[in-house]
Amino acid sequence: MEVVVSLAIGVLVSAGVWLVLRPRTYQVLIGLSLLSYATNLFIFSVGSLSVDKEPIVQPGLPADLAHYTDPLPQSLVLTAIVIGFATTALFLVVLMALRGLTDSDHVDGQEERP
Amino acid sequence: MSFGQPSHLVAAPILLPLLTAALMVAIGERRWMIKAGLNVLSMLASLALAVWLLAGVHAAGQPGVFGVYLPGNWPVPYGIVLMLDRLSGLLLVLAACAGLASLLFSLARWHRAGVWFHPLLQLQLMGLNGAFLTADLFNLFVFFEVLLAASYGLLLHGGGSLRVRAGLHYIAVNLLASLLFLVGVALVYGVTGTLNMADIASRLPGVAEGDLGLLHAGAALLAVAFLAKAALWPLNFWLPPAYSAASAPAAAMFAILTKVGVYAVLRLWTLCFPDGAGASAHFGGNVLVWGGLVTIGFGAFGMLASQQLGRLAGYSIIASSGTVLAAIGFDRPALTSGALFYLASSVLAGAAMFLLAELVERAREAEVDPPRADTLVGRLPMFGAEPPQDVNLDDEQVALIGRVMPAAVAFLGLAFLLCTLALAGLPPLSGFVGKVAMLSALLEADPATGAAGAARWTLFGLLFVSGLFAAIALTRAFIGHLWAPQGRKPPSLRLAEALPVALLLGATVALVVRAEPALAYMRATADDLHAPKRYIDAVQSARPVQRGFAPALLPVDAEGRP
Repeated sequence: MEVVVSLAIGVLVSAGVWLVLRPRTYQVLIGLSLLSYATNLFIFSVGSLSVDKEPIVQPGLPADLAHYTDPLPQSLVLTAIVIGFATTALFLVVLMALRGLTDSDHVDGQEERP
Repeated sequence: MSFGQPSHLVAAPILLPLLTAALMVAIGERRWMIKAGLNVLSMLASLALAVWLLAGVHAAGQPGVFGVYLPGNWPVPYGIVLMLDRLSGLLLVLAACAGLASLLFSLARWHRAGVWFHPLLQLQLMGLNGAFLTADLFNLFVFFEVLLAASYGLLLHGGGSLRVRAGLHYIAVNLLASLLFLVGVALVYGVTGTLNMADIASRLPGVAEGDLGLLHAGAALLAVAFLAKAALWPLNFWLPPAYSAASAPAAAMFAILTKVGVYAVLRLWTLCFPDGAGASAHFGGNVLVWGGLVTIGFGAFGMLASQQLGRLAGYSIIASSGTVLAAIGFDRPALTSGALFYLASSVLAGAAMFLLAELVERAREAEVDPPRADTLVGRLPMFGAEPPQDVNLDDEQVALIGRVMPAAVAFLGLAFLLCTLALAGLPPLSGFVGKVAMLSALLEADPATGAAGAARWTLFGLLFVSGLFAAIALTRAFIGHLWAPQGRKPPSLRLAEALPVALLLGATVALVVRAEPALAYMRATADDLHAPKRYIDAVQSARPVQRGFAPALLPVDAEGRP
């Protein structure tokens, strides 16, 4: 489980970093989205990875991470998703505006001169 | 020691701008005058509130006075905490000053260049105030996002391809920094199991040996996010293009934005890694010091190299950020207090410089371009028709336009001169007092920093060199822009544009006139910061308000933990 999740995070981050460094605005946008998915998975994994465990303390069971899952990272992820979605949407609007103003999808608004 | 009970007013600096912004969104797009009036009232109230809170926290002159507020009335490590201390009080006042100046300046022209200027300005203030007040790491992230979202809008205010391009880069950089911030928060939570800053600090000594690496990685990632905001070299290449592309009122507001990063570093670093933190004591202090020193140099050379006033002001912000960060990195109260004084001075002078930059550039262009107006302006009910640009038909802004040319030129020249003095740290203005306070703290013999001797003398020298470079760059800009040849049309200056500049510069003069109490305040602030136990105790001793059934639900043990 840990290996799968960390591999997923690693792949997402490397793809995201590569895309963010590309010259086209849309690639940057997708790169930022991939990075934010990776970040969200990472936060999620901080609260112990487990299957079928509830974040609710049961009577009779000791309240530690071996018996239940931590609800706080889940709520953090939820907040981070909402904020990330909003800022990505804003970025998309600015991207469209730049495209409209400069007729180019280069991040600098013009192609690099050789 | 707490500060009045119940301290509901601690939450007011966040709620007031939020409510004002919500109200202004509801008012609708075209009622400029109502929105402007409401905004001025609210901004004045914010300033008065901030000053009142600052006075309250400093009233008795005792160390360690805090205003703690539990917004959800939950016991401390679980609920959100708002925390007012001297440092946040100081920054609340500075944010309100920058906001007021920016707002007054915008009333002349800029606030009609886009629909959402007024609500965005209030939301910006709300994000700033929230970031200064919160005592919770994740809430700090949320308020960072609020202030960043508002700053994206303000940066784009006025439109045009230059601003949109700068805005795209600015947003991309800040989104990346926010993601690093989140990863850092997650790591710190993973190691300590809490997000409350005071609780984190109190649990750090008990962190297992094997987890220290993770903790330091988390702290370093958080620091990268904050330092990118604070414009530490090499994370500051985004700043000059973004700030110089912004409209003048937005740029004046941005003068305080970099200080949010400085604030977060100062708060968390002094809280979590003080002298007594064992293996983590002063973690990353050298990075702050040397990074700050390089940043001063970068800012100073940038000022020399820039042709546009906006970029010059941007580089001066970088240089002042570097100065404060380098001084903080030494972790000595005397030096920190000087740095805080310098920070206050540089925010006021930096904001004034951004406003002046537009006035002076406009005077040189000799042609008053209308702000990139939306086409609605001409159809506003109170204007009837679009007034011709060269005639002053606007009754509220009589006085200076066009006709009183020498007064306008004299004002611009004098204000630019004062700004130069304050930014370069020359006597008699406040930058000088801050630098002298730092220099004398550096000269004090201190056996504890023997290893940091080289850094100490480098900072000592760089404080002079950066002042010299700033003076050269600003004087050259002064000559180029204000010793204008004959035959240009006289610059026009409206009262609404001159007033905020005069107020900001007046505030720097007031800082000098009242330098002794101001320095005493900064010293008390620095002492509080360097005794993190006070902050931790104040947060952890906060108790929810008991209402009848509450004690039965939450049995509290001897340590105050349910």
